[in-house]
Amino acid sequence: MSGILDVLAGVLVLAGSTLALTAAIGVVRFPDTLSRMHAATKPQVLGLLLVLVGAALRLRGHPDVGMLILAGLFTLITAPVVANRVGQLAYREQSFRDDLLTKDDMADRPED
Amino acid sequence: MNTVWTISAVMLIAAIAITMFRLLAGPGTLDRLVALDTFVAVTMCSIGTWAAYSLDTTVTYSLTALALISFVGSVSVARFRVRDTDRADGEPQ
Repeated sequence: MSGILDVLAGVLVLAGSTLALTAAIGVVRFPDTLSRMHAATKPQVLGLLLVLVGAALRLRGHPDVGMLILAGLFTLITAPVVANRVGQLAYREQSFRDDLLTKDDMADRPED
Repeated sequence: MNTVWTISAVMLIAAIAITMFRLLAGPGTLDRLVALDTFVAVTMCSIGTWAAYSLDTTVTYSLTALALISFVGSVSVARFRVRDTDRADGEPQ
């Protein structure tokens, strides 16, 4: 049973590392701030959660696993806030490429 | 099992190295902010991987601290930074 859990933890950590690597590649390769932010936030949060679940499985039963759960919760709560702020600033300062947008919902809004 | 930890470590180090390129190259403060966010998240992944590999739980407290500090830092930079001038598109200058 513990062998199975260890293998599962290894697979989860490996998947999380892969997602972190794809997030980093997206941050470097994508052309404008909005798509870089898109590449950074989503795989990064999911990858971090996968690594934390893997670590919690490997450290099962230890009281410090609660800190892993807390770190995952804080990331889940704070990542959308940061992404929202950065996205709003990037849109307001036009640091994105118009030809890469398929739809601009804010186009007919007055300046705020 | 050692292979799994080695592959994870190599991928995380590669992720940190190429994120550092965007952190240094910019071109704007928002790009650097996004890169710094990614950097901290990959660091947290590395700490989690280290905890899973070594069964050492003393590092798990730093995970929570990093999660909170990176949030406060990102929001502060987004709120108080100086606006970038003379760039209209996302292309590097």
